[in-house]
Amino acid sequence: MSAPPAAEHAPPRVPAARLLTTLGTGGALAGALLVFAYQATQPTILANKRKELAQAIAEVLRAPQRYDTLYVYRNVLQRELPPGVDPRGLERVYLGYGANGERIGFAVESNAAGFQDRIGLIFGYDPATGRLLGMKVLQSTETPGLGDKIYKDTAFVGQFSRVAVPLRGVKRGAGRGDSAEVDMITGATISSRAVIRAINDALARLRPLLDGYRAEASR
Amino acid sequence: MGDLFWILFSTMVVNNFTLALFLGLCPFMGVSNRVDTALRMGAANIFVMTLTAVAVWALNTFVLAHAPYLRLIAFIVVIASLVQIVEMVIKKVSPALFRALGIYLPLITTNCAILGLAIFQTTRGYGLLQGLFFAIGGGLGLLLALVLMASIREALETADLPDVVKGTALVLLISGSLSLAFMGFAGLLSAS
Amino acid sequence: MKAARPADDFLRCLWQENPVLVQVLGLCPTLAVTNTVANAVAMGIAVAFVLIFSSLFVSSLKRYIPNEVRISAYIMIIATFVTIADMTLQATQPAIHKAMGPFVPLIVVNCIILGRQEAFASRNPVWRSVLDAAGNSVGFTIVLLIMGGVREVLGSGTFLGYSVFGPHYEPWVVMILPPGGFFTLGSLVLVVNVVRRRRAERAAVPALPVRSETKEAA
Repeated sequence: MSAPPAAEHAPPRVPAARLLTTLGTGGALAGALLVFAYQATQPTILANKRKELAQAIAEVLRAPQRYDTLYVYRNVLQRELPPGVDPRGLERVYLGYGANGERIGFAVESNAAGFQDRIGLIFGYDPATGRLLGMKVLQSTETPGLGDKIYKDTAFVGQFSRVAVPLRGVKRGAGRGDSAEVDMITGATISSRAVIRAINDALARLRPLLDGYRAEASR
Repeated sequence: MGDLFWILFSTMVVNNFTLALFLGLCPFMGVSNRVDTALRMGAANIFVMTLTAVAVWALNTFVLAHAPYLRLIAFIVVIASLVQIVEMVIKKVSPALFRALGIYLPLITTNCAILGLAIFQTTRGYGLLQGLFFAIGGGLGLLLALVLMASIREALETADLPDVVKGTALVLLISGSLSLAFMGFAGLLSAS
Repeated sequence: MKAARPADDFLRCLWQENPVLVQVLGLCPTLAVTNTVANAVAMGIAVAFVLIFSSLFVSSLKRYIPNEVRISAYIMIIATFVTIADMTLQATQPAIHKAMGPFVPLIVVNCIILGRQEAFASRNPVWRSVLDAAGNSVGFTIVLLIMGGVREVLGSGTFLGYSVFGPHYEPWVVMILPPGGFFTLGSLVLVVNVVRRRRAERAAVPALPVRSETKEAA
């Protein structure tokens, strides 16, 4: 008869340790399962990302044979980083080479605020001619039917294969005809301007480095 | 600074958490029938979201770089703990506020808006300040949507609506109109 | 009676207790990933995977999970499976994974999954929990497919990428944008409410003969 009252007071003490062990074991098992899944899927995920990047670079640099990844570190373009520096946080550009080892140009990623949200793109730039080689939109949430023409309208995208930098956006038919003009999409001038701004801003920052890297290549 | 302001404004109206990104819909359905409860839920949300943004930034910067597969579990644990702590603090500091918020605080834990905030912040790679402005913008956007919906629903209470429409169907159809209206904000800040 | 129950666990989730249309759970993914049928199918599969395996584990381990920490335990189990589903999707279908964005990780807070663990899997045997989970998944996927079908056909003129109306169709772009999601689901819930109301009314009709019987008896 005296057992029940004592039993009523006992439970609150024991479960604390039990709670922790249960959660701990559960956590450890979950962690193990996750590590296993991670290691099973990571190689494929990384390979997919590399393939996607290679495809984008091939499009904007006109099918290079191979490319070098250069990091922007301390305002200098470097292929190899000093030991201990984490490459993940650094901006990078890609230098493409043709079949005979000649340099084609640099592929640079950039983004700018568009109509709906930020637009992400990659473009190719040739320092020898001061012109663009191509542009590919990587990420966009622009309005279907209007803003999405920045990647669906082949005429618009095609302009970025020959235009000179810095770019100047003009409304269709209102341009002077010089080599730095880009005809904006009617009805989607904000999205078009965002694309132009993304490229101009990136080049304003990086052009000295890209043009300057030409000299280092002879070393 | 312009960048931060753009993040705040764009998250608040252009890419509103509820009406454009579809986050936080469960409380939206349940809590939006009275303006004062909507205000309280919105305020509690802003508070928790701001704290979450800081915690997520800290996690991403210092811990999760080494174990990215634990990201989701870590976020959930942190959010649940934050909500518990906030609840305890409010209970001690202002029992009146605690009673007013009632069950809304625990509901925030499973609110997809908070976890959605954490995930967006991570995929966009926001720093600390950007994350904070993102959270405040998102919270204000939620508050705005909630209060708008609550005002409309309160006004509709005296309207003669068919029974089949009342409830979820009505809220969804009104949300569609609100979402359509909010789309008008797109492009507001991009004039250049 | 016992033979009817296993099928019941599965079938009632399709209509009477449909997770989205009746229980009003899991609205966020239903609206967000249904702008194409492909995304809707992927989400349906992902949720089915997470729900079935979580129910399986929760029901099998329910004796070892103390009551005080059960929600944390459920969430941990669910989060593990969601992470696995997310990584698998990213490895096998990178394009769909990118289109679905944050909504795969958000399955963790999908009220359907946590709700089923709390309401069913934690108190029922394993096989019934799995059936219930399967039923809810199928009910959820059916709604996703209807939404995805309507939105993609009207909003892009395609179904699974194949053009339905030909090149001269002017798509109702609003359908693939957020307002379209709200309108479609709202209309769907409305239709379901009307059907359920009619069924309830028809089920109430047989009561009339009973009244006349009592009258005669009186």
